Amino acid sequence: MIELRNITKKYGRRKALEGLTLSLPQGKIIGLVGENGSGKTTLLKLISGLVAPDSGSAMLNGSHITRRVATTIAYMPDADLFYPYFTVNQLIEFYESQFTDFNPMKAKEITQFLNLSLDSKIKHLSKGNRGRVKIAVTLGREADYYLLDEPFSGLDPMVRDDIAKGMIRFTDSARQTILMSTHEIKEVEPLLDEIVVLRGGRIIAHEAVDEIRDTYGKDATSWMVSLFREGS
Amino acid sequence: MGINFLPDKPIYQQLIDLITGDIIRGTLEPGEKLPSVRDYAVEVGVNANTMQRVYKELEQMEITETKRGQGSFVTEDEVRIAMLRNEMKEQLVTSFIQNVEALGFTTSEMLQHLQERGGKDD
Repeated sequence: MIELRNITKKYGRRKALEGLTLSLPQGKIIGLVGENGSGKTTLLKLISGLVAPDSGSAMLNGSHITRRVATTIAYMPDADLFYPYFTVNQLIEFYESQFTDFNPMKAKEITQFLNLSLDSKIKHLSKGNRGRVKIAVTLGREADYYLLDEPFSGLDPMVRDDIAKGMIRFTDSARQTILMSTHEIKEVEPLLDEIVVLRGGRIIAHEAVDEIRDTYGKDATSWMVSLFREGS
Repeated sequence: MGINFLPDKPIYQQLIDLITGDIIRGTLEPGEKLPSVRDYAVEVGVNANTMQRVYKELEQMEITETKRGQGSFVTEDEVRIAMLRNEMKEQLVTSFIQNVEALGFTTSEMLQHLQERGGKDD
């Protein structure tokens, strides 16, 4: 269980997160949505232990989150970070040397599922295939939490579909949690258990997707639009 | 990704409708094995928890049976399937009547029209 309490994070004078409280149980796929600059990436980095809060507490199973505690949390940044001269196979070996929870067999199974060749050099891959490689090595870790920053952004529908299927196929929905930031709410909604909506560094809503449809009679996209209309 | 879901109904309910529809239509036959929860979730592009809920509710509705270690199977109880068919018919007629009444048509007017149409199509 991850528990954030009353978190504030400032960059200079600007508050990226303000008074944020959030619990992330195990075994859920959660979408993190909000406009650009609403604090999504900061929140993901904070949970991964890459950024420390200015005030408030961030706990994982009762311990304060630091880089050391975050070994069961797999963070996938938005940016391309791979050494371009590596082959896919070398990248898998590199991940194995860096993360104790990395399972190379699983990573290779995922690359196979996504039709990637282990011998390809990263720099020769298309953007779509680099997106596939990124998700393959991230899900290759046997983590309790996967924090994915914009896993679908800028990728074509085929790649988005592959990545979504990879997430369903290679995570254990009873035990592992995915928290992913996204703008593609309509497309991603069928994958989600819950949605967290950020605005100006605060959580303005956190609901189960089924509840949104049951209670408001609309899908997540229309619900979010009305939420933003009310708020502004 | 996957299926286009309607916006005003929970996804798990739409999946239950999809599977029961296949059973009524005969695309899924009595006694036929359903894919595993995860395979089916991957196929339609939904969360495995959602699919788990679909399977659980289908079992509670006695439309499927879970055999330990083997998976889920469509019931072989023809009476239950006939009931399911009637329930679906009832639902369709109820929503039809609601729509028709909302627009101010009378039942006899619609019945007459349906009979004329039926005559043409049969």
